[in-house]
Formats: sequence, C-alpha cells, structure tokens
Amino acid sequence: CKKDLDRTPTNATTADQAYSTATGYKQSLAKVYGAYALTGSSGSASSDLGGIDAGTSDFLRLFWSVQEWPTEEAVCAWNDADVPDFHNLNWSSSNSLLKGLYFRSIYQITVANAFIRESTDDKIASRGFTGTDATNIKYYRAEARFLRAFQYWVLMDLFGNPPFVDETTPIGKYLPVQITRAKLFAYVESELKAIEGSMVPARQNEYGRADAAAVDALLARMYLNAEVYLGTGNGKYTEAITYANKVISAGYSLQSNYAKLFLADNNVSNTETILAINYDGVSSQNYGGTTYIINAAINGAMTPSLYGVPNGGWGGNRSTSALPNMFSDYSGKTDKRAMFYGSNLVISNINDFTQGLAVVKFKNLNSDGTTPYSVNGSATNTTSGGVYASTDFPLFRLAEMYLIRAEATLRGGAGSTSSALADINILRTRAYGSANGNLGSVSLTDVLNERGRELYWEGFRRTDLIRYGLFTSSSYLWPYKGGVQNGKGAESYRTLYPIPNTDIIDNPNLVQNTGY
Amino acid sequence: CAAFAQTGSITGRVLDNNSQTLPGVTVGLSNSTLGASTDVDGNYRINNVPAGTYTISARFFGFVTQQKTVTVTASAPAAVNFQLQAQTQALNEVVVIGYGTTTRKEATGAITTVSSKDFQKGTTTSPAELIQGKIAGVAVTTNSGQPGAGATIRIRQGASLNASNDPLIVVDGLPLSPNGISGVANPLSLINPDDIETFTVLKDAASTAIYGSRASNGVIFITTKKGASGKPQVNFSSKNSIATLRNKLDVLSADEIRSYVKAYDAAHGTSKSSLLGSANTDWQDQIYQNALTSDNNLSIAGSTKKLPYRVSVGYLDQQGLLKTDRLQRTTTAIRLSPKFFHDDLKLDFNLNGSYGHSRFANQGAIGAAAFFDPTQSVYSSTSPYNGYYEWYNTPGNASSGLNPNAPRNPVGVLNDYHSVGDTYRSFGNFTADYRFPFLKALRANVNLGYDLSKGGGSVFVPANAAQAYTTLGTSSEYHQKNYNSVAEAYLNYTNTFKSIKSKIDATAGYSFNDFRTSTRNFATYNAAGTLIAGTTPLYNFDIPRYTIESYYGRVIYTFDDKYILQGSIRTDGSSKFSPENRWGVFPAVAFTWRIIDENFLKDSKAISDLKLRLSYGLTGQQDGIPYYSYIPTYYLGVQSSQYQFGNNYYYMYTPSAYDANLKWENTKTTNVGFDFGFLNQRISGTIDAYYKNTSNLLSTVYLAAGTNFTNRLTTNVGNMVNRGIEFNLNAVAVKTKDINWSLNYNIAYNYNKVTNLSTTGNGTTTQNLVGSISGGTGNTVQVQQAGYTANAFYIYKQVYDSKTGKPLQGVYQDLNGDGVINSSDLYQYKTPYAKFIMGFSTQFTYKKWTASTVLRAHLGNYMYNNVQSNSATENTLISSTGIINNANSNLLSTGFTNSQYLSDYYVQNASFLRMDNAGLSYNFGNVYHKKVRLNVGANVQNVFVITKYKGLDPEVYGGIDNNFYPRPRTYTLSLNVGF
Repeated sequence: CKKDLDRTPTNATTADQAYSTATGYKQSLAKVYGAYALTGSSGSASSDLGGIDAGTSDFLRLFWSVQEWPTEEAVCAWNDADVPDFHNLNWSSSNSLLKGLYFRSIYQITVANAFIRESTDDKIASRGFTGTDATNIKYYRAEARFLRAFQYWVLMDLFGNPPFVDETTPIGKYLPVQITRAKLFAYVESELKAIEGSMVPARQNEYGRADAAAVDALLARMYLNAEVYLGTGNGKYTEAITYANKVISAGYSLQSNYAKLFLADNNVSNTETILAINYDGVSSQNYGGTTYIINAAINGAMTPSLYGVPNGGWGGNRSTSALPNMFSDYSGKTDKRAMFYGSNLVISNINDFTQGLAVVKFKNLNSDGTTPYSVNGSATNTTSGGVYASTDFPLFRLAEMYLIRAEATLRGGAGSTSSALADINILRTRAYGSANGNLGSVSLTDVLNERGRELYWEGFRRTDLIRYGLFTSSSYLWPYKGGVQNGKGAESYRTLYPIPNTDIIDNPNLVQNTGY
Repeated sequence: CAAFAQTGSITGRVLDNNSQTLPGVTVGLSNSTLGASTDVDGNYRINNVPAGTYTISARFFGFVTQQKTVTVTASAPAAVNFQLQAQTQALNEVVVIGYGTTTRKEATGAITTVSSKDFQKGTTTSPAELIQGKIAGVAVTTNSGQPGAGATIRIRQGASLNASNDPLIVVDGLPLSPNGISGVANPLSLINPDDIETFTVLKDAASTAIYGSRASNGVIFITTKKGASGKPQVNFSSKNSIATLRNKLDVLSADEIRSYVKAYDAAHGTSKSSLLGSANTDWQDQIYQNALTSDNNLSIAGSTKKLPYRVSVGYLDQQGLLKTDRLQRTTTAIRLSPKFFHDDLKLDFNLNGSYGHSRFANQGAIGAAAFFDPTQSVYSSTSPYNGYYEWYNTPGNASSGLNPNAPRNPVGVLNDYHSVGDTYRSFGNFTADYRFPFLKALRANVNLGYDLSKGGGSVFVPANAAQAYTTLGTSSEYHQKNYNSVAEAYLNYTNTFKSIKSKIDATAGYSFNDFRTSTRNFATYNAAGTLIAGTTPLYNFDIPRYTIESYYGRVIYTFDDKYILQGSIRTDGSSKFSPENRWGVFPAVAFTWRIIDENFLKDSKAISDLKLRLSYGLTGQQDGIPYYSYIPTYYLGVQSSQYQFGNNYYYMYTPSAYDANLKWENTKTTNVGFDFGFLNQRISGTIDAYYKNTSNLLSTVYLAAGTNFTNRLTTNVGNMVNRGIEFNLNAVAVKTKDINWSLNYNIAYNYNKVTNLSTTGNGTTTQNLVGSISGGTGNTVQVQQAGYTANAFYIYKQVYDSKTGKPLQGVYQDLNGDGVINSSDLYQYKTPYAKFIMGFSTQFTYKKWTASTVLRAHLGNYMYNNVQSNSATENTLISSTGIINNANSNLLSTGFTNSQYLSDYYVQNASFLRMDNAGLSYNFGNVYHKKVRLNVGANVQNVFVITKYKGLDPEVYGGIDNNFYPRPRTYTLSLNVGF
C-alpha cells in the first residue's frame, strides 16, 4: 500500500518535463516576463505573492505607485492602509505596498534564476536541443538575465541594499546575504555588459521581448543616476551618453502622435518603444498594470466607457496642481502631451477624487477610437468584462534616451549645450506638432520639467526628484507634500525606502536602511 | 350518612441496595391519591387506607421503582418494606469511543454525549445546530441564515492557526471528508437531523489520539438511529415553520437622506438634491421575505426474526429569508443490523442517500440593499435593465450607460440571477464484527465505508441584467464528484481476570482513507451563448487526491473496577508529506480513578459518582493545507494569464512554491477532569481543565525574500497554546409523578495565545496580517503574532473629542511616539473569540405538557463592524461618482466624511446572550384505541439577543461582520405521530 501515499497533481509536472521541449522553454520564459506583468498565473484573482491584495500585487502597479504617489505628479484618494503614507512622506518599514514591491521584484529574480539554472549550455545539450532551438534558448537565457538585472536596478533604486540571490541559490530555507547599493551597481553593470552581445540585436526581437537596446537603455538610465547610487562625485555621465547614443542610433524614431503611445493598440507599428510590459484585456488580465493606471485615474462620473473601461473607474489617482502647472498651457491645445480632465486644480480633501485634475494619458482605446474586445462595436459591451486594459506600458522608450543624453550632457558628460537643447526640442516639436514650442536655451531644471511633461505618470518622478535633490527638500514643495496642504519637506533618509520589516525579521543577514 | 368505612394503615421502611436508609422516597397506592414520603430514617406511614388489596409502589429518582401488593385491614398496620435498586443506567450507558465502546462509568476521556431527546428543537437543517449550547467547550456558530449554510464547530477554540480547525466527524464509524461538495452550501446539510440518535464529542487527547492525525480539533461521533426489536414502529413527523427577519440593518430612511442631502447642498452650495427621488423604498423589505419551511420525515423501524431494520425518508423544502433562496432535500436512510451464529457475527449495513436541489440567491443583494438610495423606486418604466431603476453615468439618462461605481438595484440583483445546484450524495458503511467461537474474548471488526457525492449547477444572468451588462449576461456551469473511501480492520481482545481483579481491553488495527475529487472545468458564456473570451479552461478536469494510511493500537487495563489505565498509539502516513516526513506517531495515555468505588465513599448517601480522569496525548493535523505542497512542480497558467511575444500569447510555465520539509502539526493536550454526581445522580456533572500546546504549527508566514517561488508559504512554524476550564452540570430540580423539571448549565473558559511565530528561531517574531475587510483595497484588521491571541484585532487607537465624545476623523494615537501616524502605530486590540461560552437548557414537564428553552451566551468576544466602517461616511452617501447612496445610521453619530477603516472605534463588544429556542409541546400519549402515539409542539427559534453590539448580529464567526445573511426568527409547529 505504501505507494498509495505517493500522490501527484494531475495538471502539473516536474522541471525536467516542463523543459523537455522548445515550447516548454518559451512558456517558461513567458513566466519570467509574466512575473512583472501579471499578479499570478491563474487569473486576475491569483497572485504569486501573499500578504497583499492579489490585484495590487503586480510589479507595475506597485512600482508606479511608489514612484508617483510621493511626488507632485499624483495623489491617491483611497484611504486604504498605507496609501496616504506616500503623499505624507511618512511610510514605515511595515508598509504593505513597499513590502509587496520588494517581494515582487525578488520574486521575478527568483523565477529568472530558475530559468537561468535550467538553460545552461549543459542543460540545453543534455536535453537534446540543437540548431535554432538551442540558439533561441540561449537568447531566452540572456533575456532572463536582463530581467533579473532590471529588477536588481529597481531594488537598488528604491531599497538600496537588498538581499542577493542568483542561479546558484537553492530553493528552501537558505538565508540570502545582503548586498550594498554600490556592489549591486557593479553587479548590474557587469551583468548588462556581459549579456549585451548575447541579446537579439536592437529591434530584431519579437515584440515584448528585450533586445540589446533594452540593455543599453537600462545602462544609460543607471549611469545617469550613478551619483545617487554611488555617492556624489561618482557620476558616469559620459557612459550615460554613450549608451543613450547606442539606443538612439539603433533605428528607433519618435511616434508622431504622442497620445498613441498610451493606447490599447500601442503594440502595433510602434517605432518608439524599446521594451514594453504587455497587457491584453482577454489574454493577460490583471487588476494591476495599465488596468490599474487607467481605472484608478477615472471614476464613474467621467463615463468610463470613454476610456475603454465601461465597467471600471476606481476614482483614485489624479494630479496635484503642480503637474498641470508644469505646462504653460495644460489644455492640451498647444502641448498635446497635456491630457487632463476637469477644472478643479485645488485639493482640500485628499480623499475626494474630484479635487485635482484627472490624468487621462493612458486609455484602453484603439487609435481609431474603438474599444478592444467590444461586442458589435459597442462602447459598453465587451467580452473582457469592461475593466481589463490591453494597453502596453512603455518601460523604455526613445524619448527618455534623448532626455538622458541632454541631462548627462548638461551635468558634464561629453557633448555640448546645443546638442542638449536639440534633444529637448526634438521632443517639444513632436509635442506641439511644430517648432512653436521649442526652447531657446536649456538648463538642468528645464530638463527636469521637460521630463515631467514628457514622462509624467510613467513611473519616473521619484527617481528624477531624488537625482535633482528635490524629493525631500523644503525648497521644492507641492500641495500636500509631507501631508500638509502647502507642502513641507521630509527627512532626507526617505530617498531610500526601508527594507520591509518582515524580511529584517526573517533574514538576520539584513541590516535596515538608515533612518528606519 | 354512609357507614364509616373501615380503614387501616401501611408502614414500612425503604432502604437502598446497600441497606442504607433512603429518605424522601415517594410511596403511594395505585389508583389512589394516598401516599407518603419517607423520613430521614427511611420510614413512612400511610393512614386512612380503606381495607382492601392494593398495589403499592416506592419511587425515587435514580432508583428502579418497586411495586408490591399489600392487603390492608383495620385490625393492624400492614408492613411493607422496600429495598430499591439504584438505577445505574446513566453510568452504565454505552459510550462510543474510537474503534469501540465503553461505559460512561469507565470512560477515561473528556467525552460528552447529547442524545436526541436533548437536541435543540424546531427547524434544523444542519446537524450541528442540534447541539448548539449543549456541550461545554463546543461552540457551534451557524454560518448564516441561508438554508443549509451549515455551521462552524469549534471544540476548545481549535488548535491550529492556518490549518483546519474543524473537528473530525465520524458517522456510524465512517470518518467524513473535510471537503465541500459543489452545489450545496455545506456538506453536513445533506445529513438528515431526524435520523440522528446521538452526538458524542471527544475533546481530550486520551479519547481522540486513536484518530491521530485528524484529531487535534476534537472528534464528533454521530450515531444514527437503528432498528429496534419487535413489531414495526412507524413514526411520522412533520414540522412546518415560518422564518421572519429578526432585525434589520440600521440605515437611513428616505426622508433622512433627503434632509441630509439638502443640508449638504445648503452648506456646500451644491445641487446634489437633484439626484434624489421621491420614493420611500425600504430595500431590506424588498429583498427579504417571510420564509416557509416544511420538513417531513417518515421512518419504520423494527425487527423481522434476526434482522433489526430501520428505513426512513425525509423531505425538506426550505425557503430562505433572502428572496429566491430555496433548498429542497430528499433524504433516505436504511440501516440493517443482522446477527448470526448466536450473535457471534454482527453485521451492520448503513446506507444514506440524499438529493438536494438548491436555488442560491445572489447574496450581493444584501450589500446592495444597504447601499441603494431609498429615495428611488424599485422600478423605472424607462429602464432597459429589465425595468429596474439603476444609476447611469448621467443620472436618469439610460443611454449614457450604467454607472459602474453605483450599487445595482437589489431587487434586480436577486431576480436576474438564476443559480441552481443539484447534489447527490450517498454515504454509508458495512461493518462486520465477528467474535471467535473458540476464543470468545477475541473479536475481529471490519469496516468498509464510502462517501460518494456528485454536485453540479449553473448560473445564468440574462443579457439585459444590470449586474452583467458589459458581457451581456453570463452563463456558466460546474460539476464535481467526490469519491471518498475508508477501509478499516481491527482486532479486539477483551477479557476479565477475576483472580487478579483485572480486565484487559486491547485493540489493534489498520485504517486506509482515500479522498479523491474530480472537478470538471468549463468556459463561461454570455446569455446568448457566446464564449466569454479568456475563460476557456486549459484542462478539462482536475483530480486532486490525498490518502492517509494508519496503524493503531490501544490497551485499556482496569484493576479492581476502580483504576483504569489506557494507552494508545497511532501512526499515520499522509500523502501530503514527503516520504521522509510522511509518518507521524501520536501516542496518548490516560488514567482514571473511580473514587466513588473506594470504601470511604462507597456508602456515601450524598455522593453517587466521583471519578478522576488524567490524560496526556499527542495529536496531529494535516487538513486544511494544499495536497502537494512538498513537491517541486511546474504548472501552466490559465488562458487569461498568458504573456504576449510578437503576435502570439503564451501560457506561462510557472514553478510552484514548495516546502520539501513540510510535516505534521502536533498538539499536546493535558487534561484533568472530574465526573461527579450527587443524590443518586440527581445532580451530576463534569469539570475539566486542559492545556493544549500546538507546535510545528502549519502557519502561513513570510519567508526570507529570495528563498522560494513566493514570499508567503504554509510551513511548520511556531507554537500556540490553548488552555481552559469547562464545567457541565445536569440537575433534576423536581421529579414527581406529574412534574419533571431538568436543567443543564455549561460554561467554558478558553485562553488562547500564539507563543512563537519565528521562522529563524532567534525569537524575533513575524506579524501576519489577516482579516481582510470589505472597503478599499487590501485592508486587513487582524494579526497573528507571538504574544497575542490568534487573529487579534490590529488597528489604530481612535482619539475622541473630549467634549462631545465623538471619534475625531483621522486622529489616532501615536503609539510609538515618533510624531507620525503610520502602520507602526497599529496595536493589538481584543479578540474575536469568546473568553467564556455558556449554555443553559431546561425542560419542564407537567403531566402531558412540556416546556423547554435553550439560552446561549458568549462573553469577551469583539467584532469588527465592517458594515459601519464601510458605509457610515458622508463620502458614501454623497458619492463623488455622481450618485446618492444610503449610509449606515452610524454616520449621524460620527459625522465622518471619509472612511476610517482601521479605527478601533469599529471594534465593538460582541458579547451576547441569545435565547436559541423556546418551545411548548403536548403529548397526547396513546390515542385512537391506544394504538397511536401523538405529540404536537410549537417552537420559536432565535427568540431574542441581548448585546451591546451595534450591528445586525453579534455572532459572526471570525469577528468581521459584513453583509451578514441575517439569522431568522423561526416559528415552528410540529406534529409527531407513531404507531
């Protein structure tokens, strides 16, 4: 009877079986990517993580929130546990959203590690893959290393000194050691440089998969922020320019219509996006990602079907007056990047969504105005239930590279002020549809403001404000910064988020960040 | 005048079986009012007895009534002495224990039996309700007012944190599966309460450890009725009841809404009043109904030659308080108990079948009714949504589309939702018990049992229903089959060795339990039958399965009828654990001292029973955790969780989190108990004290980041302690020829604390946030943390206005004193579990009338009032999404504008006293040529609740009250006919 106690699941299998076919490898790679797109593998109510609302547990929703909420770009009406902390700049190490992001990033690393372990040259050979299959699996492996490096960049930027695990780390009760921010910088840099040549060349890979340009774009972004990560005087602006140049010269071009970058069919003939996180209202459903960005930005009174989510509208995120005021004209008539709704700029009650301009930059509409998965062309009837978005999120796009090059130049990297001005004006020309909005000169502050206008609500702002020394300072204020209506500064240690207290408890190798 | 009749007298003395005098014995003459009581010396005298021959009887509680014949003459007093035999029936009553029986007298464990005569009366659909309030330390909380919703049973609160806390339920020797069945609210509701003879609850390890791994939370034996000897007895019972709403949620009335909104407009210069309607709709009245139930049972029991049999059929038709809810259930039970070879071979066939047909109401209507604007009417002639009034993006303008942020019309929510389920279940067992003719002391017992069920159902929402307007309705189905089987065999050797005053009862056996479920997966369609994209299942079916294999043994050694020593051991192997960790060993020892049988007490008149019980044992737990979580596996995700590369979508091959070292959770229980009885058991009771320490808790805890394919996993971490005292008292207050008044009182105190929850073993403790609430996203109000009771509330400390006493919005105490209010200022506050649980039952019989009642109280338990926290704010009432909602009347007390989900203001004292039951019945006795027995009764359930709690019902298991399906007050008329 003893073997009766060896029960195995009906619809699951072992690693060896999963990786026995080329399709299995690709499906496993889909999870390495899916780990930053979706909350789980078993539908929108499922999560890879615990201890957090399933719908909140994806990477983008959390990353976006902790990058945007503590800045002037967004404030959230929800009085949920731990949400007001961000705008108040007073989060603690038990903040559940920080915990969620930290674990999400490390989860994707853990899944990538497993893939990297299973796709060594030895494993590829022993499983009998040759030719195109073997070549592809090697590309997959490089991409898994890229995604791991990307998440280590996220952890380095937000948490500074996370635990470190790689493909040699076993699953089980082994306690990872902590890595310092500086060492992590070196690791991410070396990984990216190591895989650059193993990636599919720029613009040659399938849509949604990282290529060599994604590697270069991440390097450029990282080098721009090197002084933040490595300390003042350790800037790597020339390197930032080098890698931004690599991307810019790879053949990308700005989309002529800025708004189309954030629509449901932005996967089609997109010349600007280098790497996107992909979503689909039917095949990649979740309550995070662009579904969150779109739904949380509108409410029922705004007629959600106008944004492609007839059953949605969560009434959460909108702007403080500082965001529309970055535009000389926020009506959208001149600078077409300004996409706001409403007229009430002033917030006196954070919990009232109708105070502050709504931001309608992201929409679940196709560029022809139709709603994805609409039934008979109806705007209110969809087979996807009317909430899930098909809009892909641009993780890296060309415009950022121009902004990096301009800023790095102004910060002392190789190049001239005039080339920086040209980089800015490329974006402004696209925004205005003419040279009417072009600047005559450019300062570092101009670049920051341009970043605000070009990249708002794309998850950059906290990093940008920190790089400019404005994140916690009392010299740059916005409504309700620090929890008071006129704004106030905060402690400087808040430029780093705390390591979640549960991990400090569960992993004695970890030391908490200063101040927490 | 008539001549004086000659009279005489009768005198005598009444002694007990130990020749001790018995005072207070009633001695009377048959067919006469003459009688007397014995004095302190046991003497009596009856005067003025007309001469003649009489039957004289002596009657005393706890003794067998004795009758004698006496002839009285006028010449000399007639002398009649009695020696009464004590009724030892109560103490010799057979008690079921695991794999055997014992007597009440010799039972070594903390065992309580409730038999059908003591069951809660009235309309009961689910068996657990029968013993509510009847047993110290057993809390039965009905899950809701839904027909067949079942109940949560907790014995000594439960020993686990994240694994199951449900007791093991064994029906006639068949251990039931802990799994649910599709298409029925609760699997226990498929057992007909009318077929049940007794409930026996085993609480301590001495009695439960023989069930090893499944016994940490106690064991409940359900014994069904058996055939009696003799002529066929037919019994028919019919109960017809009406269930009514006991109370409603306290929401604002239409007029209160109107005046609130007008005042708001005046203060803010807005024109929200234009959204108001002119109706006065009480949405709760619209969704609830007076619900009818008819429960009819017919049974025939008897014996033909050597074949005792009982056959029963029951039919229940129960409406829910919530309109459209209905359960129809047919049950049958057949029990045959033949004996062969001079009774050496006893067979027992036990077959139960049931068919349940349910229509499930959409319980979303309960929340919708609490929120929907009462100034609006139910119907609107212009509504395209089946004529129900709904909120549109532009109010009043249907073409602008439904406002997705508004609640849906509660009546439409109910009427447009067609969910039906059909469930078939058959369970039963065949038991053969053979006494070896060459060695009478040895028995072999084989028990083969099965529990098969098949459930399925469908949900249909029409295309023009507001609740599924985006997909144009929905249509889905589900099917599931459960195959559970049990095979057990044991040998028992019982022998008495008079020379050494010893008795040995030894048992050794084997048990095999297999639990297999087969679930079919289906896509979802819209009302027109068009596939809803992304719902096509990847696999057509799934067959989750687990198996437990066990060996067990037990020896009960009795010396001199006074000292009983019991030892048992069981080893279980579960397929849920790896071969290295698979087997758990669960031993127990117990000692019983029948003090009453010692010489110094034997002759006591006052004390009729005294027994000391000591026990210690180890039990395990593996229910309530996933089946395969020790195995590293990969699984493919679902169709709606694919990832896009190029123009193709790829299913995601996902590595599962696993814990290769997963093992049994262990609970060590120490129990000290006394059974006592006074005045020939006229007063009897038990007292028990216990200490339970659960180690290797199957806790769902955070893992160190980077160590697994998730961040939170159920693994063996931590310790939890439960300790408590239970007291149970039965008394017969009055027992005369015409009056019988009995009482039961029980009280249990339980203390619970998580003592360790450290993954690293270095003492630092992790906090697991639990207790998700409704409102907002991801808010939780409870915590599991070492040093505190399990699931303590974890919440901000509200600051109140010193003058008005009102809570100040958003103002909480800075408990860590760092100058900011954030999640570091949450604190552990109160517990959802009652510290004291009490039950009181009494039954008063006067001649043919019987009145009875059951009261139950929980003290020290708190509840998070999620109804108030979610709907008592101005932002709810005047929504920024352009609609008006209703709000809980608590809004008028707090004046809160915004939700304050984490305020301890909403954690409210939920101690209560509830009268579960009050009934009156009349027993006609034998009527119609004395051939027919007839009993009629009337009964009210859920008579009243006394509580400080501000919500609908203070009794919601788990401590979070939100959209609770109200428990009705039920009036039942019952008729019982036998012949």
